[in-house]
Amino acid sequence: MAKEIINVSGLVHRYGDFEAVRGIGFSVEEGEVFSFLGPNGAGKSTAINVLTTLLRIQEGSARVAGFDVATEPARVRESIGIVFQEVTLDRDMTCWEILEFHGCLYRMPRGERRERIDELLAVVELDAKRDTLTKHLSGGMKRRLEIARGLMTRPKVLFLDEPTIGLDPQTRRRMWDYIKAVNEAGTTIFLTTHYMDEADQLSDRISIIDHGQIIATGRGWDLKNRLAEDVIYLETSDNVRSKEIIGAMDEVTEVKEKTNGFVALVNQDGTHLLPRIMDEIRAHGIRIETVNLKKPSMDDVFVHFTGRELREERAERPSAAIARAGRR
Amino acid sequence: MHFGFLTIYWRDMIRFVRFRTLLVSSLVQPALWMAFFGIAMSASFNRLTPDVPPVPGVPTIGYLTFMAAGVIAMTTLFTSLFGGMVLLFDKNWGLLREVMASPLPRDHVIFGIALSGMTKSFIQATIIMVFGILLGAEFFRGYSVGEVTVSVLGILLFVGIFSLGFLFLSAAIAISLESPEGMQGIMTLLTMPIFFASNALYPVNAFPPVLQAVSVGNPLTHLVNGIRYFAIGDHYQAIGVLYITSPAELLFSFSVLVVFALAMFGLAWWRFQRAVVT
Repeated sequence: MAKEIINVSGLVHRYGDFEAVRGIGFSVEEGEVFSFLGPNGAGKSTAINVLTTLLRIQEGSARVAGFDVATEPARVRESIGIVFQEVTLDRDMTCWEILEFHGCLYRMPRGERRERIDELLAVVELDAKRDTLTKHLSGGMKRRLEIARGLMTRPKVLFLDEPTIGLDPQTRRRMWDYIKAVNEAGTTIFLTTHYMDEADQLSDRISIIDHGQIIATGRGWDLKNRLAEDVIYLETSDNVRSKEIIGAMDEVTEVKEKTNGFVALVNQDGTHLLPRIMDEIRAHGIRIETVNLKKPSMDDVFVHFTGRELREERAERPSAAIARAGRR
Repeated sequence: MHFGFLTIYWRDMIRFVRFRTLLVSSLVQPALWMAFFGIAMSASFNRLTPDVPPVPGVPTIGYLTFMAAGVIAMTTLFTSLFGGMVLLFDKNWGLLREVMASPLPRDHVIFGIALSGMTKSFIQATIIMVFGILLGAEFFRGYSVGEVTVSVLGILLFVGIFSLGFLFLSAAIAISLESPEGMQGIMTLLTMPIFFASNALYPVNAFPPVLQAVSVGNPLTHLVNGIRYFAIGDHYQAIGVLYITSPAELLFSFSVLVVFALAMFGLAWWRFQRAVVT
């Protein structure tokens, strides 16, 4: 078992009467990418602000990189890097100055600082923009520069709060590649996101968080398997008989007719069930022509665990608001 | 010794130099005060004062010389009071989070911002002195090179301590507020009484007793005392009023500024320890 680098238990955080974080506990192992997946307002940023010591911990305990956030905040700060949700680059400083400033804040010796800046500008492919003011950078470049900044001090843990918010799909994929590369180089990554695909693509483990509580934690495929709602699509030489055969199986909850074949909804992990289904059909002398297994998406997972879709959130739909406004 | 505040200082100076409009306007504005207000008012005052019989044996100075010291003080006041505003913008734009999440002790943020504000005040004070002398202000009249050097250093010492006090105050306000408009309002509210209940532009002798008492407690009055002592001398007459400043009085003025700066640092330190920036 790998070493724990973040350990949180019983974390509660209130703003006045409102409980933003309601008793969460989890741990992150050294070297993994761990994600908080949840809608806006779920308490992700509050949790990250407590872990990064920007907010004082109110209740519960949290250790980051071996230090207690309540009693050793300075040590925690020295051990982590942060990329904030919004762009936090001074528009009138150059890329080089942004990194130099950051290195100075953390008291890196001059030689090490300069060396690290050159190294990181190369990693995030901004060497050509070294003396460009950040206001002249594109959204993706700004994000890359911020990641470089987060890595300046060789942190043990890098916190990324919604790292690809507002970026176009192509840039997002490149950002993911950078994040993966950073992780492969040995940095533990704690990520918050409200994008299913992002959590799915990047994370070793995901915690689904909603209304300030963790609803489920696990590996992406593990969470999907827990849903037990895999969909199997089949085309056979005798669809009518095949439907009867597998419709009689206990594991199959529903069979639906399609144009050239049919789909079966199964109540357990389809990867294990599919070979058995295929054997059963073949045993009756029926030839299987096409087979497809669809695992549920992270969207399906989220709906399953929270009982609602991620994007709906708590607000009424815009169409309803417009209709109501029209009646006035 | 930890020099983290120099990092904050470096960054704020980069901004000062890079915002061309800010740089130019902050340098031109005090010169305009001298050129317009100074020349216009000195014409009026110089017309009135000949009616007052001069005290024999005491040098008489013109109004332009008298008010040039006040303009240095006023410019220092305004620049310093607005010097902390940058923290408010940094906070609102999220830039302060990087600093607050770093291991840098928070008092270094206060020191860094104060140091850069002080530097700006030094630059402005120097410009006003040079420009004032070009316009005809009789600063350092009859001084040797050594005396001029000592006097300039004395002026900068007073300007420096005074600006620190108001920069600490400004930083304390900025870290406590959310909106630049609110800060603007408080600044306006503060500058009016500080500026007008002082000896910057006219003598306080004719003030009603209450206002005189206010002016004695006003740091701006003590800054002006210091500047006039070093720039003009320990005894002179202007606008029909005789000014004599003893070394003890000078020391008292300096002490008031030091106490004010320390108190304001305490205030800023307290506000920064409590500040939550997310």
